[in-house]
This record gives sequence, C-alpha cells and structure tokens, in this order.
Amino acid sequence: MTTLMAILIGTFYAAAIYMMLRRSVVKLVIGLILLSNAANLLIFTVAGLERGIPPLIPKGQDVIAGAAADPLAQAVILTSIVIGFGVLAFAVVLIHRACEVVQTDDMNEMKGTD
Amino acid sequence: MDLEVLVALPIIIPLLLGAISLTVLSNHNAQRWIGAVGTALLLISSIALLFQTKDHGIQVLEVGSWPAPFGIVLVSDMLGAIMVVLACITGFATALYSLKTVRKRFERFGYYPLLHLLLAGVNGAFLTGDIFNLYVWFEVLLVASFALLILGGERAQMEGAIKYVTLNLLSSALFLTAIGLTYGLVGTLNMADIAVKLGSVDDQKMVTVIGSLFLIAFAIKAAAFPLFFWLPASYHTPQVAVSAIFAGLLTKVGVYALYRVFTLIFTADTGFTHEILLWIAILTMLTGVLGAAAQFEIRRILSFHIISQIGYMILGLALFTPLAIIGGVFYIMHHIIVKANLFLVAGLIYRLRGSFELKKLGGLYKDHPGLAILFLIPALSLAGVPPLSGFFAKFILIKAGVEASAWWAVGVALLVGLLTLFSMIKIWNEAFWKGTPEPAPAIPAPTRNALLYWTIGILAAMTVAIGIFAQPIYVMAEMAAHQLLNPSIYIEAVLGGQTP
Repeated sequence: MTTLMAILIGTFYAAAIYMMLRRSVVKLVIGLILLSNAANLLIFTVAGLERGIPPLIPKGQDVIAGAAADPLAQAVILTSIVIGFGVLAFAVVLIHRACEVVQTDDMNEMKGTD
Repeated sequence: MDLEVLVALPIIIPLLLGAISLTVLSNHNAQRWIGAVGTALLLISSIALLFQTKDHGIQVLEVGSWPAPFGIVLVSDMLGAIMVVLACITGFATALYSLKTVRKRFERFGYYPLLHLLLAGVNGAFLTGDIFNLYVWFEVLLVASFALLILGGERAQMEGAIKYVTLNLLSSALFLTAIGLTYGLVGTLNMADIAVKLGSVDDQKMVTVIGSLFLIAFAIKAAAFPLFFWLPASYHTPQVAVSAIFAGLLTKVGVYALYRVFTLIFTADTGFTHEILLWIAILTMLTGVLGAAAQFEIRRILSFHIISQIGYMILGLALFTPLAIIGGVFYIMHHIIVKANLFLVAGLIYRLRGSFELKKLGGLYKDHPGLAILFLIPALSLAGVPPLSGFFAKFILIKAGVEASAWWAVGVALLVGLLTLFSMIKIWNEAFWKGTPEPAPAIPAPTRNALLYWTIGILAAMTVAIGIFAQPIYVMAEMAAHQLLNPSIYIEAVLGGQTP
C-alpha cells in the first residue's frame, strides 16, 4: 500500500510541476492545487498507514498497545488543507483579475515587470 | 506577573489590532490611530522582550501549558528577539509613513488590518519553536502580503503578483514536503526535539536530503540565487509603504529560517550544506548587484540590492564560524533598517517629483537639501562607508571570511561593496546632483511632508547610532551567535533538560 501511495504522490508532484510550467495561468493554478495535495498525501503516508486502529487508550491503561493511526499527522494535514484552500481561493481570484486587467491568460505576455 | 507572556505579546498585539481595526473599517481616523499607536505599543513590548531575553536567557512559553515537545512552544532566543524588535521598528515606521501616503480607497480595502496581520505573521515566524507552526506563520504573512501587494490593481501589480504568489506557494509546498519527511523520520515537530532525534537517525543521507529541501524552500523565500526572479518582478509595484515593509522584512524571514534550521537542526553534514550555502551567497551577492547596475528606476535598483545584501547574510551562515555568525546577525540588523528607509526615501522623491525614473529626476539637492542628506545616510551605509552601520557589518563579515580563508567570498564581498557604492552614487548623481531635466516636470505642491521626513530621519538616526554605538549592538549579535552555535542551550531551554 505504501509503495502504491509513493507512486501516486510522485505522479502528483510530477503533474503539478508540469502544469506549472505551462503558459496558461489557469493551468498554473491547477498545478498549485496538485502540489499542495501532493504534500498533504505525503504527510499522510509517511506518518504510517494504519487501517481501522483509532488511537484510543483502553480503560485502565496509560498507553496504547501496539500500532495505531497517528492523530497528529492528520491534524497537520487538516491544517494544511485549510491553509491551502484559503491561499488557492486567493490565487483563483488573482488570476481572474489578472486576466481582466492584462487581457490575456498567457504567461509569456506578462513580462511587463521583468 | 509571569513574564513569559512577553513572548506571546508580539503576536497577540498585532492580531488584536488587526481585529479591532477591521471593526472600524469605515472610520479612517480610528484606523490610523490604531495603526500608529498600536505599532508603537508593539515596539515597546518587543523591546521589553529583547531585554528580558538578554538578561535572563532564552524565554520559552508553552502554549496552553502543554509541555514540550508535545505542545506548541514559543521561544525567544537572542536571534528571535532581535528580529522581532527589527520587525516592530519597521512596522512602526511603515504605519507612520502610511498615515500620509496611503489613500482612503486602500484604507477601505483593509490596508491597516492587513498590515497588522503581516506583522503578526512575521513575529510569529520569528518566535515559534515548532516547525509546522513556522509553516503556518509563513502562510499568515504570505496571505497578508499577497493582498497588500495587489492593493491598487494595476497591470504591473497583477503581473508581479502572479510571479510572487506562484513562487512563494511553490516554496511553501516544498517546505511542507520537507516537514512531512522530517516527521516521518523522527515523529516530532518541535524543532529542539527534532534536533535531538535527528542525530540518532540511521539514514543520515536522508537527513541531508531533507536539509536540502529546507534549503531550497527557504532560499526561494529569501530570494537567493538562482531563485530570486520573483523579487525584482514584484517589489517595485505596490504602494511605497508596502514596498518598504516587504523590503525590510519578508526576505529576512527566509534568512531567519535558514539561520534557525541550519544552526539548530541540520548541522551534521556542514561540509555539504554549508559549502552549497557559500556558493549561493557568492552568486547571490554578485547577480543582485549586477542586476541593479542595469536599472534606471529607483525602486528596481533598490529591489536588486535586496538580493545582493541577502548574499552577505547567507555568507555569514555559510562560513559558520562564531565571528561570521556575529557578522551575519549584525548585517541583518543593519540591513532591515537601511533598506526600509531607502524605499521610504524613494516614496518621498516620488511625492515631490512624480516619478521614480532616474532620467526624469534631477535637481533634488538644490530644492530639498534635507532630503538629500537623509538619502545619503542609508545609501552610504548600504555601500559600507564608515562610520555608518553598514561598514561594521561588512567589516565583521569580511574579517570572518579572511580568517576562514574563503578568498572567493572575501573578494566578491569587497567587489560587491564597491558596485553598491556605484549604484548609490548613480541615484545620487541622477536624482539629486544633476540639474532639473528640461522640460521641468509639473511639480505637485508638496504639502505636509513633515511626518514623512521625521520617519525617514528617525530610521537614518538609527543607522548612524548602530554605526557609532556598534559595541552594544555587537555584544547582542555575539550573544545571538553564541546561542546559535551552541544548540544545546536552545534545546535545554525548550525541553527543560529532559534526556532524549
């Protein structure tokens, strides 16, 4: 399962970079979305894939016996999903406004400030 | 009173100010008062924190009383406290400057709340002791900076913002990836705890790989070679007050993160990481200053100079000797004030003459000799002319370079100092010294600029003061360097002497 996830994550990163290198600003944003999802999946995978073992401490004990799903990693992912969502919402509005102002969606045309 | 709360104040105050200022969004006067008085309070609290840290060692606040390494900790060591004071100085100066320069339209769009949020993000990044929390503060300051960058909505701002947003989000994603891999390796997010546990990881090659990922992520944020292209594309586009605070603070957050991570966490393979840092530093210095030489717009020249100055700061980290780290910290202190001030001067020139283009400027020395002096102080300091702050900063770094026999770095640092002087003299000759170009531009009657002069004057006075009273500043930089080079002090303070 971990190997499968690793391949999937690698594909995500590759697709994201490919999309970001395209000239269209819409594809640029799609690339950014894929990139943040790739990072989230990576954290999910490296924290260990444990199925159906919630990290609950049984009554009368102090520690969890054996392996359990890591709640901290999931909290981290949740936070970064929220942040990613906010930032990407901004990015979408930005490219919308940019297309209106610059009258093009081609990155090659946006060289006025270089 | 429990003084640990001082560590949280530089984050809480701007967040509160931002929230209050958001509730009075339509009341321009209230917003301005909250901006000026609030940032002054913030500055006072940060200075209190600096003295507390200086006198009583590293301050640690366990948020919600969750013991480290399980909860999030806020840590104020000397480097963090110094950076917070610098951020608050820049924030205060920007708030004062904004009183007269930011139009009501932008105030209605939430200029002041965004400014406070930016300061909260910057201070949070300087004070957190948790690597994921650092990511969160990065995003807080990024989102505030995105919105500040495009206030006005002009074509150049849009084009610049797309590059700025893309590169910064790419860097954030790499940062998050590196955090994920670190967590997978050691199972903790507390920086002190990571530093302890990385030592006993079997797969040291993986540690170096993760270190390199952090290096790339922070190098993008710090605008180091070869990842700096977003900076000159965007920094000259927003309001001048915004440019000033960006120039002073944002890239320095990246530099701070490099200092933190490569002195505390990734010190096992310095032969590899710090060798890369050394070449990055050399090339950053050189490309930045050469880029500036080709420009004829004041803000663009200054933007390129930010890049070359970042090279000096990274050089301090790369040499990794006590003197070099002292030099790097000193350089950061000198640079933030000087660079923000130069942008403020550029804004005043624009206000007086209606242009940033050197070709269209001229005769400013004759008409405004006071401004000319106020420009010369930070400009010459940037180039490293004694007895101003930049001289001591460069002197310490170059001496460290000589001691470490890093001749290439020393040579380039000296050459770049000379080229910086050339750039500053270019601005001086074109804008101040030569006659007013014909036909004379229509000069908008400059009214009520006293506050702007005062703001610039105060920052210039600080530059002179850092130069003349270099000794106490040096002592603080030395304390910061001592803590950075002995990570056990930081680890001890955070983890409270627990054995790993």
